[in-house]
Amino acid sequence: MTTVAATKKFIEATGNLAVAYAVKQVNVDFISAYPITPQTIIVEALSQYVADGELKAKFVNVESEHSALSACIGASIAGARVFTATSSQGLVLMYEELPVASGLRLPIVMALSMRALSAPINIHNDHSDFMSMREQGWIMLAAEDAQEVYDLTIMAFKIAEDERVLLPTVAAMDGFTISHTLQRVDVLDDEVVRKFVGERKARFKLDVENPLTFGPLALTDSYFEFKRQQHEAFKNSEKVIREVFKEYEKISGRKYEPLKKFMMEDAEVAIVALGSTVGIARIAAKKLREEGIKAGVIGFTLFRPTPKVEINETLKDVRTLAVFERHLSLGAVAGPHYMDIISSLDKKDDVKIYDYVYGLGGRDITTKMIVDTVKKTIEKAKKNEPMEVEFVGVRE
Amino acid sequence: MTLEYKPITKLSDLPEENLFTSGHRLCAGCGPAIVARLTLLATQEKPIVVNATGCLEVGSTLYPYSSWKVPWVHVTFENAAAVASGIVEALNKLASEGKTKEAPVIAIGGDGGTFDIGIQAISGALERGHKFLYICYDNEAYQNTGIQRSGATPFGAATTTSPAGRVIPGKQERKKDLIGIVLGHHIPYAATATIAYYRDYINKVRKALSYNGPTFIHVLAPCTLGWRYDPSKTVEISRLAVETKFFPIYEVENGSLKINFRVPKPKPVEEYLKTQGRFAHLFKPENRHLIEEIQKNVDENWARLERIEKAGPIF
Amino acid sequence: MSFNKSWKEMEIGAVVKGGSGLLYKTGNWRSEKPIIDYTKCINCLICWALCPDSAILRKGNKVEVNYDYCKGCGICANECPTKAINMEKEEV
Ligand code: SF4
Ligand code: SF4
Repeated sequence: MTTVAATKKFIEATGNLAVAYAVKQVNVDFISAYPITPQTIIVEALSQYVADGELKAKFVNVESEHSALSACIGASIAGARVFTATSSQGLVLMYEELPVASGLRLPIVMALSMRALSAPINIHNDHSDFMSMREQGWIMLAAEDAQEVYDLTIMAFKIAEDERVLLPTVAAMDGFTISHTLQRVDVLDDEVVRKFVGERKARFKLDVENPLTFGPLALTDSYFEFKRQQHEAFKNSEKVIREVFKEYEKISGRKYEPLKKFMMEDAEVAIVALGSTVGIARIAAKKLREEGIKAGVIGFTLFRPTPKVEINETLKDVRTLAVFERHLSLGAVAGPHYMDIISSLDKKDDVKIYDYVYGLGGRDITTKMIVDTVKKTIEKAKKNEPMEVEFVGVRE
Repeated sequence: MTLEYKPITKLSDLPEENLFTSGHRLCAGCGPAIVARLTLLATQEKPIVVNATGCLEVGSTLYPYSSWKVPWVHVTFENAAAVASGIVEALNKLASEGKTKEAPVIAIGGDGGTFDIGIQAISGALERGHKFLYICYDNEAYQNTGIQRSGATPFGAATTTSPAGRVIPGKQERKKDLIGIVLGHHIPYAATATIAYYRDYINKVRKALSYNGPTFIHVLAPCTLGWRYDPSKTVEISRLAVETKFFPIYEVENGSLKINFRVPKPKPVEEYLKTQGRFAHLFKPENRHLIEEIQKNVDENWARLERIEKAGPIF
Repeated sequence: MSFNKSWKEMEIGAVVKGGSGLLYKTGNWRSEKPIIDYTKCINCLICWALCPDSAILRKGNKVEVNYDYCKGCGICANECPTKAINMEKEEV
């Protein structure tokens, strides 16, 4: 396995290799994962770092993703800094353990190379795996490119392990589109990263002198209170995430915000997206402006907790939105971004939001598709048409 | 982490302290509770315990109470061995940096969490060779959810999902050979035990923890509710299981099998079956032949173990 | 006693202090109670080892039933080699 080494201050890396490089710099104690396309390269690279003595972590090669997250939970309770990575079916095999990691308040960090869910089986990108996590108590970050996934992976540890938070965190990228595309990634020095994340100081650990019980049975008289505590942790995380973004900007010069805004200052219509599509949307917005349509782009970097404050701020003057969902909420009225935006807006009577499902199973999205969709959105808004999910790029 | 093997000769060799405390909600006369108690009496150093979902877990840790005076972790049903893998390796890493102290790790699960839903995670953990002891307390059905059949339920036993009906007389399949499965991983130590032979069990726990590698103990733990007998008979029934050769007690050290109780004058298996309501239907005239079949299976199994014992190391 | 703390007062993640089970008494589950006849007891500790409720206390080789927790299962009486333990009906 060929890993990457930094020349000067950057690496030539795919999204997967950028994640592995970040995890090495963060100096995790423990990794457990199971190979699955398109994430596999992350764990191969980490195995190589461990085999070469560059990373002094324990790497436990388990027999399934279910055991991968289970082993991570055990290691995290033991006090270790813990990392795992997965995609698609691997994530849904872990599913049972996702709420457990959160309920036990374990700051496990996961990288997700997003991939469509079966059936039919498909190895390419969409966000159906990521979106399936959204009720399970994980902080959810999404990257647009390899640089972002490198940065977000480092920040994920600091957010997750913050005493005010203590929630597992996922940093996701688009499978193949980002995970397998070589890009230049500016990296920090090891010492800078280590100083930034610090050492994990576990609130509790397994100590025979002070025996604690983890994971008891909590029934009608206590379960609800623990869920309320998790809700509070998410509330706290809103502040922590913004602090961490700011602090990271100081050491890296790269600015992170819960929502990315592009040409939104005077925008009259906004394109909303998550992941690599945000980049395509930027080009589309420029094209639209050439045609006299004042378009802007909003990209979700923070997906959970929902960046309510930023949604309200950003949409103060823009009331027409074309929301792009790389996920189909079957049976629902609209997709997750649509629902998040609508539920976040304090004032919603005058907004015109239209929801578009695109790119399922890795189907390409082009600038033209976005441009056309935005034009259609403006028309619909003018006619005050009711919202009904539409599909972009499917053969009718 | 490994410990020097110091067998006990009498119960007074054990420490006085109860690390498995009173106040749990397991049934009166619970076999698995005795397993938990004996396990913590046996350990020479305080262990970390990982418990699969099941009677023992639910009954001993109802929030805000816990009967475990040792660090104890429950995650879900099928993954005690995987969770233990993570704990063992993380402790080892952190201890090597002076950040924590190592302790023996014991994973414990019922027959549901071991024979059935947990078998994959166990196989993975044994193959990877983590240094921990897995104990299966076998009460021969999913007792926690109300006595449903498991891969450990013996042939003929009635459970709520293998009831004794007018056409089908209880469970029609034989119990899995758990130790056989475990031995496929060539682990250094595997043994069977039961609570009636408490000294044997205690010493097996100690011996297992003295081995450098994954070890395994399968301990029969009668369930008063599911097997349908008077709570006072829990230990007596587990003794009868051995005296009738229904549950042979043996150990396999580095591939060599040794039967620990020879049973010179074995009682007929009927003596065991008749003590428990779950076998009551077998005594109807139309089902008597099933008792003969069970006796035949018991004799064959014993002969098989003797053959393996005689043949020498199996790996 | 039902549990009535606010979520703010509860330790996060449902972490519980090991051994706190002792705060919950199970003695009222009992319908029969074991009485040890010390004239017959040979201090073998079998009852102590096998009580599923850790309800037989041991000091050295002397045993004593802890009725706060004993559920009255009768295993101790059944297993005592000298029949030193008798199960007697609990008075209500
Ligand atoms: S009757 Fe049962 S619970 Fe009570 S002391 Fe005897 S063995 Fe323990
Ligand atoms: S089992 Fe009987 S003889 Fe042995 S210590 Fe208990 S009461 Fe005494």
